[in-house]
Amino acid sequence: MVEVQAVSKSYGLKAVVDNVSVNIEKGKITSFIGPNGAGKSTLLSIISRLLSADTGEVLIDGQKVNETKNRDLAKKIAILKQSNHLSLRLSVRDLVSFGRFPYSQGKLTKEDQVYIDEAIRYMELEDMQDKYLDQLSGGQKQRAFIAMTIAQDTEYILLDEPLNNLDMKHSVQIMKVLRRLADELGKTILIVIHDINFASVYSDYIVALKDGKIEAQGTVNEIITSLTLKQIYGMDMPIKEINNQKICVYFS
Amino acid sequence: MKKRYLVVMLILLSFASLFVGVTNISPFDLFRFDDHQTQIFWQSRVPRLISILIAGVTLSISGFIMQQLSRNKFVSPTTAGTMDSARFGILVSLVIFTSASPIEKMIVAFVFSLAGTFLFMKILDRIKMKDPIFIPLVGLMFGNIISSITTFFAYQRDLIQNMSAWLQGDFSMITAGRYEMLYISIPLVVIAYIFADRFTIAGMGEDFARNLGLNYKQAVNVGLVIVALSTTLVVLTVGLIPFLGLVVPNIVSIYRGDNLKNSLSDTALLGAVFILFCDILGRILIYPYEIPIGLTVGVIGSGLFIYLLMRRRDYA
Repeated sequence: MVEVQAVSKSYGLKAVVDNVSVNIEKGKITSFIGPNGAGKSTLLSIISRLLSADTGEVLIDGQKVNETKNRDLAKKIAILKQSNHLSLRLSVRDLVSFGRFPYSQGKLTKEDQVYIDEAIRYMELEDMQDKYLDQLSGGQKQRAFIAMTIAQDTEYILLDEPLNNLDMKHSVQIMKVLRRLADELGKTILIVIHDINFASVYSDYIVALKDGKIEAQGTVNEIITSLTLKQIYGMDMPIKEINNQKICVYFS
Repeated sequence: MKKRYLVVMLILLSFASLFVGVTNISPFDLFRFDDHQTQIFWQSRVPRLISILIAGVTLSISGFIMQQLSRNKFVSPTTAGTMDSARFGILVSLVIFTSASPIEKMIVAFVFSLAGTFLFMKILDRIKMKDPIFIPLVGLMFGNIISSITTFFAYQRDLIQNMSAWLQGDFSMITAGRYEMLYISIPLVVIAYIFADRFTIAGMGEDFARNLGLNYKQAVNVGLVIVALSTTLVVLTVGLIPFLGLVVPNIVSIYRGDNLKNSLSDTALLGAVFILFCDILGRILIYPYEIPIGLTVGVIGSGLFIYLLMRRRDYA
């Protein structure tokens, strides 16, 4: 379980994350939604120890993140940030292989290769595994980065807007893979996501942030209501039920 | 470029290098040298070849490491002030200890080049505009500032003549007893290979590195020490060799990618072949005189550098 306890972070006078406490259950997909600048990405970075909180604590399985060795955390929690600008010319397979670094420290074993192959297959990158990243489209690159995160084989996977740059087909593919990772392998997945319909259809739990504070949290049925969404986004959106899934119609 | 072609070229050029020079030594005489030939061969030709190879390999690898750590294709010991700082260090050692031993010179020059390179990396952190071409320009300016400080003090102390020996790389002065310090860089190459993955991960950025549990600062520090020490050793024994650490890694990157572990041997081979070629060219162009290596590498290297800058847009 991830326990976020009274975490705050400010830049200058602006509190980006303001006294946030939330518990995230194991084996579930938890989506973080909210308007731009709500502090979702910052919170994710704090949970994953890339940023340190000004006050408050993050505990993962009862261990304080900032007191755990970086190398050990790398086997427990993986994060993929939003913009991954690489100036390096790496092949897809090389990139995915680096996901094994916490285990191999550079010397890849047969077992590592199995994980690498599997991650590549999960993301359907077999055909382009020997291509360089700079030869790929934005969506293909994104999938390669996610494959690296999968190869890292951590209990917790944190993805900051993983559907950026992806078309519908690949967005659905990635969400399905995440679902499988949670359902079949019991991984705990935390994602920041903008499209609330993806959040509605694929997540178990939703945490809504606004102005650095938690505006609402709960299951899909509790959060995806016109009333709650109006509170979060400040706009009216009717919600239709299609095939037992709640779809927000926010285009008008 | 296949690796085996590089190996063949390296062997051919190495062989040629041993038999090009004013004293006529022919490979056919190999087993019946007279005293003079034996002496030239072992005192001059062999040391020269070894120092060329080591300098070519270490400078190219240093360049590759720097490009990964700074995340910029155009940063190298020449374009980050490392070489100029090393030279400043040599000057300081000459001023402080009037007759500095090679080891003293090496230590002082190493400290200076390391400090200079760190300073450049700090400047890099501060620069908001991460334009890939802007950064090496800052490095060149930084290097020139250090270089002008060196010249100023050298002028004051009447050391200009001494310093110019370190300004232009020149293998013709290499004889037995004057180059052995370069052997120190061989273990550095081994360390570079061991750390290759770490450098590449560090090159993906600090967040990436942390996510993978890498000690980012340690990797950067190890990398910069390797760069500063091997550059210092080359500057001390041979002199400035510009652009090598820039051109070679960039060419290798184009056909072999930036995974340092895969590219390291190609970089080493190409570096050695390139500098050997330039050296032999310098030796035969105005035979029986010589063009110093700093000049030939500088001319060919800067030409290639401009070419890389222009084709940059195609693959960046």
